Amino acid sequence: MKALTFTLVAEPPERLDLSLLTAERLAGIERRDFEKIQIGMSKHGSKVGDIFRIAGNDLLDIVFEGGSARLDRVAEGMRGGSVRVVGNAGAQAGRAMRGGTLTIEGNAGPHAGSGMRGGRFEITGNAGDHLGGPLAGELAGMNGGVLIVRGKAGAFAADRMRRGLIAVLKGSGDNAGSRMIAGTLVVAGGTGEMPGYLMRRGSILLDRAPKSLSPSFVECGAPESVFAAVVDRHLIADGILKRPLLGNAPQKYGGDNAVLGMGEVLFPH
Amino acid sequence: MPNVSVNGIVIDDTFAEAFGMRATAIIITAPNRKWARQAAITMTGFATSVIGCGCEAAIDVELPPSATPDGRPGCRVLIFAMGTDELQKQLLNRVGQCVLTSPGSACFAGLEGSAALKLGSALRYFGDGWQISKKIGGRHFWRVPVMDGEFLCEATTGLTKAAVGGGNFFVMAESSAKALLAAEAAVAAIGLVPGAIVPFPGGIARSGSKIGGKYKGMIASANEAYAPTLRGVVRSELGADINAVLEIVIDGETNDAVAAAMKAGIKAVIELGPQRGAVRISAGNYGGKLGKFIYSLKDMLP
Repeated sequence: MKALTFTLVAEPPERLDLSLLTAERLAGIERRDFEKIQIGMSKHGSKVGDIFRIAGNDLLDIVFEGGSARLDRVAEGMRGGSVRVVGNAGAQAGRAMRGGTLTIEGNAGPHAGSGMRGGRFEITGNAGDHLGGPLAGELAGMNGGVLIVRGKAGAFAADRMRRGLIAVLKGSGDNAGSRMIAGTLVVAGGTGEMPGYLMRRGSILLDRAPKSLSPSFVECGAPESVFAAVVDRHLIADGILKRPLLGNAPQKYGGDNAVLGMGEVLFPH
Repeated sequence: MPNVSVNGIVIDDTFAEAFGMRATAIIITAPNRKWARQAAITMTGFATSVIGCGCEAAIDVELPPSATPDGRPGCRVLIFAMGTDELQKQLLNRVGQCVLTSPGSACFAGLEGSAALKLGSALRYFGDGWQISKKIGGRHFWRVPVMDGEFLCEATTGLTKAAVGGGNFFVMAESSAKALLAAEAAVAAIGLVPGAIVPFPGGIARSGSKIGGKYKGMIASANEAYAPTLRGVVRSELGADINAVLEIVIDGETNDAVAAAMKAGIKAVIELGPQRGAVRISAGNYGGKLGKFIYSLKDMLP
């Protein structure tokens, strides 16, 4: 079977909701009816056939050829197979995904990987604010899986993260790992102001000392750490990083003591 | 079939009889080889026989830094017991008292088995609330604060039900020194076989036993048929040329590992020759009715 390919014909006239175009949501629909699915979010009410040219039929291998910042909710809730976007994606890409692999070969908008619970999501370009974070009113952000941003991430990356791994390779904005509940956030390339702000538990692993920390973080020494060695080796073996991030005895800051205070910010000593 | 002779050493026409056991493995690492070995040796101390120790355990292989999960020197330790509950208890007691306590140590699963045994998921309570759970690449670890940093311990390790305990052979020589030399050669050779251990002191048992005894409550007692000082007074298995018998007892992760270890050990004894080492090789069994696994010495020859 050939990959089910949606080729963008022209820049969309409105924001599109692509959450219907996943293996799970398309499963009960006849192939010839795909073009009639409404994805436009304004009065235009664009249908798939208005925006994309469709080829192939393998639901477990979906490709969006040509991207746009208006392509929202790509692969939302996906559970298996693979989805690839050749180009940019809009808001909430990979939101609540549970399995499979999602690749965006370009930039992603805000709330990429929001509340994801499993699977592997890789963004080769930059990601917007609230990477992996919850939508307004939700109690927890990312809840499992692996989320890799090869470029930069905006503010509040890993907000309220509970489980899983987020890796940002070219720096993140302010308040990375804010309100973290648990899980692991890796940021290479520097963070903005106050990473880990109000984090309860969890690990923020940096390749350099943070520019600032909330005053309720406390210095916790730099003993030799097998955990750091295991993480470094995993990040390299998994193809996320090319060289060790932390070294064998990283500096630890514990916090945020304004809340539970069982989180940590680690960086090379 | 009569006994055969290989390189001047008589090989008895008999067999070793072994039993199914439960086993698990862990990998212990430390800042250097000395301390990885120290933690492993301490946790496998007093683990020669399930009869009195609860389990049988020893270092399977030493691992170079390139073969361990944290890039430090390590040892793979195998632990055998008769039942899953006892194995679990021994594992936690021994890792808790001997590995957690050892400077710079870390402990990882050494086996992917049919079921899981608790490791860090029980030892984490030492952290008294300060322990940290981490999942890295699909593996679950616990980080427990200790006085030199953190004890990193994988949450569980695997259990295998395919393990075999009690593979054995006897090294029989004209003198104690020759028997010891031959037995040491066998132990060294078995050390290179992955998945098999020789749990007795230095891999060698000098008090091979029979089941039961004349005194009430004795599970095992002197095997007088192989005791040279009783040669004249009991129905002895020893000829006039034998003055010392040493037993090599082998536990393996699998039937194949035990067979490979027996072959390697017997080959080493045969290569040493009868002038310097053993003049005869035999094996212990219970008539073949009790054990599930039979290793005929004829099949174990090089």
